[in-house]
This record gives sequence, structure tokens and C-alpha cells, in this order.
Amino acid sequence: MSLKQIRVNYVARVEGEASLDVKVQDGRVEELYLDVYEPPRFFQGFLVGRKFDEVADTVSRICGICPVSHQLTSLLALENAMGVKVSQQTRDLRKLLALAQWIQSHTLHVYMLAAPDFLGYESVLAMADDHLPVVQRALRLKKLGNDLTDLIGGRAVHPITCVVGGFTKVPSREQLNAIRDRLAQAKEEMLTTVELVAGLPLPEFTRECEHVALSQPDQYAVNEGRLVSTRGLEITAGEYRRYIKEKQVPWSHALHSYIVGRDSFMVGPLARVNLNFDKLSPDARRAAEKTGIRFPNFNPFVSALARAIELVHCVDECVEIIDRLDPHDEEFSVEIRPGEGAAITEAPRGVLYHSYKVNAQGIVEKADIVSPTAHNVNNIEKDLREFVPKVADLPEEEATLKCEMAIRNYDPCFSCSAHFLRMKIRHEDAGRP
Amino acid sequence: MNDKPKLAVFKFSSCAGCQLQIVNLEEYLLDIAALVEISYFVMAKRENADAIYDIGLVEGAVTCGEEIEKIKEVREKCKLLIAFGSCACYGGIPSMKNLVPEREVEKRVYEDVSVIHSTKAFGIDQYVRVDGYLKGCPVDKDELVELIKSALLGVGPNLRPHCVCVECKLRENVCLFVSKGKVCMGSVTSAGCGALCPSLNRPCEGCRGPMNDPNAPSLARTFMEYGLTREDVARKFRKYAGETEAFRKGAEAV
Repeated sequence: MSLKQIRVNYVARVEGEASLDVKVQDGRVEELYLDVYEPPRFFQGFLVGRKFDEVADTVSRICGICPVSHQLTSLLALENAMGVKVSQQTRDLRKLLALAQWIQSHTLHVYMLAAPDFLGYESVLAMADDHLPVVQRALRLKKLGNDLTDLIGGRAVHPITCVVGGFTKVPSREQLNAIRDRLAQAKEEMLTTVELVAGLPLPEFTRECEHVALSQPDQYAVNEGRLVSTRGLEITAGEYRRYIKEKQVPWSHALHSYIVGRDSFMVGPLARVNLNFDKLSPDARRAAEKTGIRFPNFNPFVSALARAIELVHCVDECVEIIDRLDPHDEEFSVEIRPGEGAAITEAPRGVLYHSYKVNAQGIVEKADIVSPTAHNVNNIEKDLREFVPKVADLPEEEATLKCEMAIRNYDPCFSCSAHFLRMKIRHEDAGRP
Repeated sequence: MNDKPKLAVFKFSSCAGCQLQIVNLEEYLLDIAALVEISYFVMAKRENADAIYDIGLVEGAVTCGEEIEKIKEVREKCKLLIAFGSCACYGGIPSMKNLVPEREVEKRVYEDVSVIHSTKAFGIDQYVRVDGYLKGCPVDKDELVELIKSALLGVGPNLRPHCVCVECKLRENVCLFVSKGKVCMGSVTSAGCGALCPSLNRPCEGCRGPMNDPNAPSLARTFMEYGLTREDVARKFRKYAGETEAFRKGAEAV
């Protein structure tokens, strides 16, 4: 009889804190706990009693890497609740802001969090000695995403200008033109990024779980659309709670999400590319096809490639939006009305749900937030249950690394989900002397 | 290489936005890495040394029993311990929950609260001695560079003691508070952001916490004249730095 335990005390190069503890007996996973030990955050708790115009600033602080997503989703939900209509320019600027954050976040993940695994380094800084041009490219692309967020939102981390009803300041045509040129120039580097990721030794591992993403008939869905899945789910944000629920598990501060009557599911770039491949920009599609990897694809490690493909799309769509815009400051006012409203957007890491109930004074009476990582945690555990037996016989250090990589695929954000991750991989063999 | 000063970055209850500001130093990042050894930084590195660090940057508020133990251990390991961002300085956004009884906040999120060990959220100096404060939500990148430079030089950083209004005037902004009637926290809030929000037509929200010796009660009374309710005023002061004495006085003045 052989008993092995894999323990990862903390998962590095992810946002937030989690550990993994696995016990494997005779090639079968006996126990597997992904423990999100990030302290509980209680945002849904303390948003109650705050005013509607404080919500976006507050939820932004759920996550420093995807603050735009939390802001936008809360604004959309509150606008639904209070019946606020926004202009086409506001919708365009919001999509631009969301895509800018995808560029920043995807570049961070592909180059700084994931690539070191595949290239055999402990961090991106350690890569700088051998791969300086790659690291410089990473920093340049990340800066582009940040600068675009800064231009539209006023600041890269926790933007300022995006509020209920519109934008407090709109960038000028000159400013937009300047960044448009940089985006256009970055296109080649985004295509290179696709080639780089396609050339990495992505582990062979397929698990055909349900993939869930927003979808729109005429564009690559980010801030608007219906929630669809590879198994026929098709719902609006308002219907979300009838179909998707969460349960608390004793080993984690992250609640576990599931589709009623079914199982865990995956959200994120791979789900999006699988479900919306034909809405990607033509060059993003061509770049994907050139890699020889086919979509839909159910190897979670292909998520890194999906991120790179989306980077190409981001640049194309940002340029398209900027060319279409006629930027001008807009007056808007918001009338406080009681109501309840929900919204779903695609954060860099996947489906993000917010819902609020506000009273006649504009005070929040109920808040409900489910982050992409909260959606994914349950599914990460399911992946690991099938993946661990395949790597359990590898040397301890390698098995641990492979498990960490399986988690990092999802680009998890444990602050967002803690409700969320500490990772322990114990690797002991009772049969060993 | 080994005689370079060691830098460590620790995360407590937070959004990781301040640590991300380190990575966001894009054009300076490799230069900084040439001057200091980034020795412990879990979000960015897989190999993290357990050592005595020359500079420790602590992000996040202390919000549970486990973190109280952890911050004491971190203090022992750092020669220079910096409260890195408004959460570590004052409790930040997590301290918004302090207004509600702890169990009630827990029950709003978790069905089974028996496994939750949360405490009121405070800045780290509630529990340990702190050598420096870098304010902001998130911290300002220029101030971060200033802090690292001054730490390497062994001098105090040049951070601003005055209020946001000074920087707002320097930028020649029309005053949102006096001229446009928008409720602004700038006159009691610590400068260093370059009056970023007012420059974008948004009143200051006080994310950097109190300036040196502010008159928060006076501002609170003016807020009432502007038509805010008592609850509105309390919410204004009890957001990013509601646990500081200065802002508490503002919240309780009306």
C-alpha cells in the first residue's frame, strides 16, 4: 500500500492566500482540500447601510488587480436597481476600461505569474538574466494596459472617474490618439505572445466540465450579454440566483459555487474563447488557428493560450472603439429610486456577479457578490482530483509544482473569493524507509 | 549580490492593490531589483526566503486572530517596518465593518460562523511598533519610489504633512467644495496624491487618512450646512480611516 501526501503551504504567484492538502492512496485521491485561508473579507456584510454612490469605490477594494471589474459590475447592478440609463459613450468607455484591465491583468498572468513555471524560473525577475527582452516586453505591455486604464479611469489601481450614471471626466481626442498609436504598435507583440505561449510545454490533461461565460450576438461580450454555457445554460443576470448557488465547506473561506442540479463549472478566458470564438477579432482568430490548438478545448492548461489570444482581441477592439468615439464631457444626474438589480460582467478571470437592493434614500439594504475565483474554486478542486493521480508518482518537488500550475491556470484571485485559498501538498510515502 | 538590502512584502487583509503598485513601477522595476534583493514577495515569487529583512512592507489590515500573531512575527523579522497603504496605516476599507457588531457581519456572509475567527479591523500599529507610514488607497507610485530611495540612503522620506487642498491649489483646480458645492474631504486629508480625484471632477474621499492636526469637527459641521444628514457625515469620516482619532472626532461631531 502506498500513501502519498502532497502539501503546498502557500500558492505563490497568485493574488491572495491559499494552500493545498492532498492525500493519495494507491493512486486514488483520498482527500483533497484547497484551503482559501485569506481572511474573510465581509464586503457583502458591511456594504449594507452604505450609500449607493459609495459602492463602486468600496467594492473596487475587493481586488487591486481587477478593481475595474468590481466597479463596473456594481455600477451596472445599481443602475439596474435604480432605473438609471447611461449614454452610448459611457458604454463604450466602460468597455474600453474593462479591456484595458484585461490587457494589464492578462499580461501580468501570462508573463509574470505563469510563464516562469514553464520556463523553469521561480519568478519573472529571475528570468531577467536569461530572457531580458521577454521581461521588457512584459513590462511594456503591462504598462500599456495600465496607461489606458489610467487615461479612461484616472488611475490604474482603483480608478476614479467611473461613477453611477457616467464619467466625471472624459479623455480628449489627442490623448486617445496617442494611446491608439501605442495599441496599434503593440499588436505585433501580442501576436508574439500567442506564439510564445503556444510554444510552451502545456501539460496534456483534459476534463470536460461545463464552461460558462457571457455571450452577445454581435460582439465579444464583456460588460453586457446573457450567461451561457457549453451545456445549454442561457440566463440573464436577474435569473442568476435561480440557477447558480454556493455552499460553505469547512476547509475554506471560499464558498463553493455550483449550477443547480448539475456540478461545478469553469469561468474565465478558456470558457470565453470556447463559447465566443467566432466573436473574436479576425486577427485573434487567425492567431489562434495558427497555433494548431483547436477550440472548444477542455484542457485547463490551455487557459494561458486563451489569455494570449484575448490580448490580440483586446488591442483590436480597443483601437476600434477609440476610432468610433467622439469624446465629449457629458452632464448627467442620478435620481434615487428604490429597487433591486443585478449585473454580470466578464472580469479578466471570468464571470463576476453583483446584485444590490437599495431603499428610497439610496442606502444599500442587501448586497450579493460572487467573484470569478469563487465561481472557480470548486472546479479547481475537481481538476486536481483528476490531475493529482497523474503526477503523484513524480518526484515531490515536481508534483508540487505541477499542482500549483494546475491552480495558477485559473489565475485565481483569493482576496476576491474570501470568501477564499493556503496550499499544502504533503508528499510522503508510507512505503519509503 | 548577497550584501544588497533585503526587501520583504507581506499581505494581510487587503486587495493586493498596493503590492501591485510595486509591480506597476514597470519602468523602474528592474532598477529597483538591482539595488535591493526582493527576498520575500509571495504574489510575485515562488522562492521566498525566511530571513531578517532590512525593509518590510506590510499591506493590509489586521482582521483576525491569526493575523495578530502573524504581524508580531513579521515585526521581529523586519529592521524597518512600513505600514504600506491605508489598510495597514488605519484599517482602511476593511475597517468599515467595525461599525457593525462582528457576529452580525459574519452572519451576513457565512451560514456556519463557528469556523470564522474575525476581529475588528485595525491598522498594524494597533499591535506592533511601526517605523513609517505610506498612505493611500492605493499607495502612490512616486511616494513608493521616494520611500525605497530614502530607506536605502538611511534618511527620512519626504512625505507631505499638509492637506490635499494645498496640492489642489497648486494644480489651479476650481474648488469643488466652495465653488461647486460638492462635499469634499480634501481639507482634512493628507496630501501626496497630487489632488488626483478633485483634478478629475471628483471630490476627495479621504482615502489617505487625516493630515497632521486637521479640524475634522469643523468640516463635519460645514457638511451639515451643505444638507448632509448625521448618518451621511458619519459615513464620510468612517470609510478609509474611521478608526483614527481625528476622523472619529469628525464622525461624532454632529
